[in-house]
Amino acid sequence: MESVGSIIMYWVVAIAIILFSVLTVTTRKILRSATYLLFTLFATAAVYFLMDYQFLGAVQIAVYAGGIVVLVVFSILLTSKPGDKAEKLASKKRALGLLAAFAMLCVSGYALLSRCGFFAKMPEMEEVGMKRIGAELLSSGEGGMLLPFEAISVLLLACIIGGIVVARKR
Amino acid sequence: MDQITSVLILALPLCMFLLLGVFGNKMSHKMAGILGTLGMGVTLILAYSTAFTYFFSGSELFIDAAGNRLQSVVFDHTWLAFTDNLVIKLGFLLDPISAMMLVVITTISFMVHLYSLGYMHGETGFQRYYAFLSLFSFSMLGLVVATNIFQMYIFWELVGASSYLLIGFYYTKPSAVSASKKAFIVTRFADLGFLVGILILSFYTNTFDFVSMTSNPQNVLASTGGAMFMGGSVLTWALVLIFMGGMGKSAMMPLHIWLPDAMEGPTPVSALIHAATMVVAGVFLVARMFPVYLMEVTALEIVTWVGALTALYAAIVACTQVDIKRVLAFSTISQIAFMMVALGVARDTIHEGVGYMASMFHLFTHAMFKALLFLGAGALIHAVHSNDYTSMGGLRKYMPITHITFLIGCLAIAGIPPFAGFFSKDEILVAAFENSPLWGIWMTAVAGLTAFYMFRLYYRIFWWNEPDYEHHGHVPHDAPWTMTLPLIILAAVSCVAGFIPFGELVSWNREAYHIHLNIPVAATSVIVAVCAIALATVMYRKENSLPDKVANSVKGLWTAAYNRFYFDELYLFITHKIIFNLVSRPIAWFDRHIIDGSMDMFATLAHKASGAIKGLQSGNIQSYVLIYLMGALLIGVVTVVCVVIL
Amino acid sequence: MDINLMFYLIPSLIMFCCGVYGFITRKNMIAILISLELMLNAVDINFVVFNRFLFPGELEGMFFTLFAIAIAAAETALAIAIIINIFRVTKNIDIRDLNKMKF
Repeated sequence: MESVGSIIMYWVVAIAIILFSVLTVTTRKILRSATYLLFTLFATAAVYFLMDYQFLGAVQIAVYAGGIVVLVVFSILLTSKPGDKAEKLASKKRALGLLAAFAMLCVSGYALLSRCGFFAKMPEMEEVGMKRIGAELLSSGEGGMLLPFEAISVLLLACIIGGIVVARKR
Repeated sequence: MDQITSVLILALPLCMFLLLGVFGNKMSHKMAGILGTLGMGVTLILAYSTAFTYFFSGSELFIDAAGNRLQSVVFDHTWLAFTDNLVIKLGFLLDPISAMMLVVITTISFMVHLYSLGYMHGETGFQRYYAFLSLFSFSMLGLVVATNIFQMYIFWELVGASSYLLIGFYYTKPSAVSASKKAFIVTRFADLGFLVGILILSFYTNTFDFVSMTSNPQNVLASTGGAMFMGGSVLTWALVLIFMGGMGKSAMMPLHIWLPDAMEGPTPVSALIHAATMVVAGVFLVARMFPVYLMEVTALEIVTWVGALTALYAAIVACTQVDIKRVLAFSTISQIAFMMVALGVARDTIHEGVGYMASMFHLFTHAMFKALLFLGAGALIHAVHSNDYTSMGGLRKYMPITHITFLIGCLAIAGIPPFAGFFSKDEILVAAFENSPLWGIWMTAVAGLTAFYMFRLYYRIFWWNEPDYEHHGHVPHDAPWTMTLPLIILAAVSCVAGFIPFGELVSWNREAYHIHLNIPVAATSVIVAVCAIALATVMYRKENSLPDKVANSVKGLWTAAYNRFYFDELYLFITHKIIFNLVSRPIAWFDRHIIDGSMDMFATLAHKASGAIKGLQSGNIQSYVLIYLMGALLIGVVTVVCVVIL
Repeated sequence: MDINLMFYLIPSLIMFCCGVYGFITRKNMIAILISLELMLNAVDINFVVFNRFLFPGELEGMFFTLFAIAIAAAETALAIAIIINIFRVTKNIDIRDLNKMKF
């Protein structure tokens, strides 16, 4: 049995995730859409905190909420005039989108719910400290993440160069 | 006489061909012509010495232990050895007829080379012309000295190819092009039979060799083992098929249609190829295989019938033609048919096989006087610039040398003693009478027709009525010496060739045959010939309306003969109406619609299918995602359903 | 009431479906990018949750999410560079105008 506080916390976070995700894709103003995305990302960060992964939650807020959403907001400001509204969706397209989303929901939901009894409650876990994360991230031994880490570094470098090349004025 | 000489006889013309063909354009006309003529002259000397050595020398090469002269001497070299039995050799066979043919070919070829210096003067492609002449001489010499039937076939085709090249020499003229194609296709068609015949014969005898076949023909007969095919023995079929190749080359009916058209080539070429040498290749072929033919009388009878019908047909047609070269062409067909008949009627039991000797004798004399006539015709055409005798007449005053030599040629072909044609034709008639009176009378009649049409031609050219040459701005005159010299030499030969003791030299079994005049036969033929000449004199010496009256009185026959009895039309009908419509078009339809159609169907199907599904490639990323997602979900559903059911 | 794995997976699934809906229906390229982020985020949650509930002693799921966030950042930066470039050319960021890859 969980503590009441954590149950309330869970419900707040779960409802925030669902609500803001739906708002993100249904609002017709693009800037609002970005804002709702920000909230969704915050809610996700909250999930990470609930999972006791503080470091991951911090990264989520710093990179996603702080970096990506700001980037998106800037590009929105660059590419749309104030007062721009997305036109009304064609009903056929909307129906198709709904169908796809609903089918996804049904199939995956059935798969989840049919195994409902399989899952236990959250086990206990010792806190994941920065020391351990750093050691595992840069270890080349068993379970070490050095190789993916370096691969991501190279990817980011390529991305920087690519971004410069693509966005450069000719 | 050794192998070097024999190789040189073939190699010289070949080298000339390569030299003139490759470097001809860098030479002046004069140099190319003189080179070609000189090369031919050396070949002539070599060939004469070879023939002389063969016939007369006491060299041990040609005399056997018993002191008899050998029938054949072979220098052989194995070229391709496929198996022990299937060996193809190249070599040099000397026997009476090949020695004689060497003389004939080199003589006529040299005369034509010399003559062409004047006749072809200033023509474009002069060097090419000489190169082709050398190629032809090489091929023809190779043909007559072939030691085996396969080598002969190779040179046979080479001869056909060089004939094609020379007929189409004026390749800018559509008529020359179609004539060369016609000659090539018709002779190729005949060669198909030849090849099949060769294959049948060599299949049964296991050899290509002439000497081993002809020296022991009983073996050939025995090796077929009495096999039959469609009512005839296999040997008959093989010989008839081989004769079919000869029919094509020698323009026997019904494969004669190419020869009159072949006159589109330069006139000296007609003299060399289409009068004296190549067209007698068929006769030569039958003569070469003669001992084998003797084994199968049926084949010889077929030869006789074809020859006799062709002789009569060509003689009748020759009486009506206007183009002087065509008259000579039909006369050639007729005379070659004479030789064929002579071979056909020859039997070893009758008069020591005189027909064989007569045929070769006539081949020899005919080559001389027909080359003379053609070269004379060339001189006339050179002077008048027309092939039709209607634009000639009275030329005896303008071109005396041509006139005299042409007259000698006419007398020789008509069979008037003492000119060459009389002796050889007389022997043929003797052979024909010995075989059956039918052939004797038939051939005597044809001989009369020959005299008539030749003198008709002669009178129309040199007498008749003189057209207004001044009006055309060109008075005909005798040709330069390069052209008249060959005429004079050939005329001289035509006068004396009949006195050569031919029977002593050439016979099928190397037993000398003493030519002696058969007085009744000779007298009959001479009387017939003289009567025919007299008739021609009455009708054509002075311009009169008699020829028209005669023509009108037998209008149907005359028109039919003038149109060569519609043989070309018949061929056109058969090829265009029957073969094209009933065979070629359905096959073409099948090819176009079934074969191509099935391939097209695949292409169309692929095209249609791609057209149908290309809409999926919309370039719209959202639809891609939708489809991808649906697919992924479908797989999920299927998996779930499978899990549930199982 | 026990808060088990399911309780986290369901919101994550709903978030993913919203992403799908948005990706398919929106015309603005930036909106599509936002939908993409939603989907990516939903997947990240799944990684973390599975790691936490099933293998509490390990850190692979968390690291995977960490890397996914880095890749998402890179991807977004590039995508926005491309979008701005397109905007320069067409003065427009409507996805329907970008059908040059059509058959």
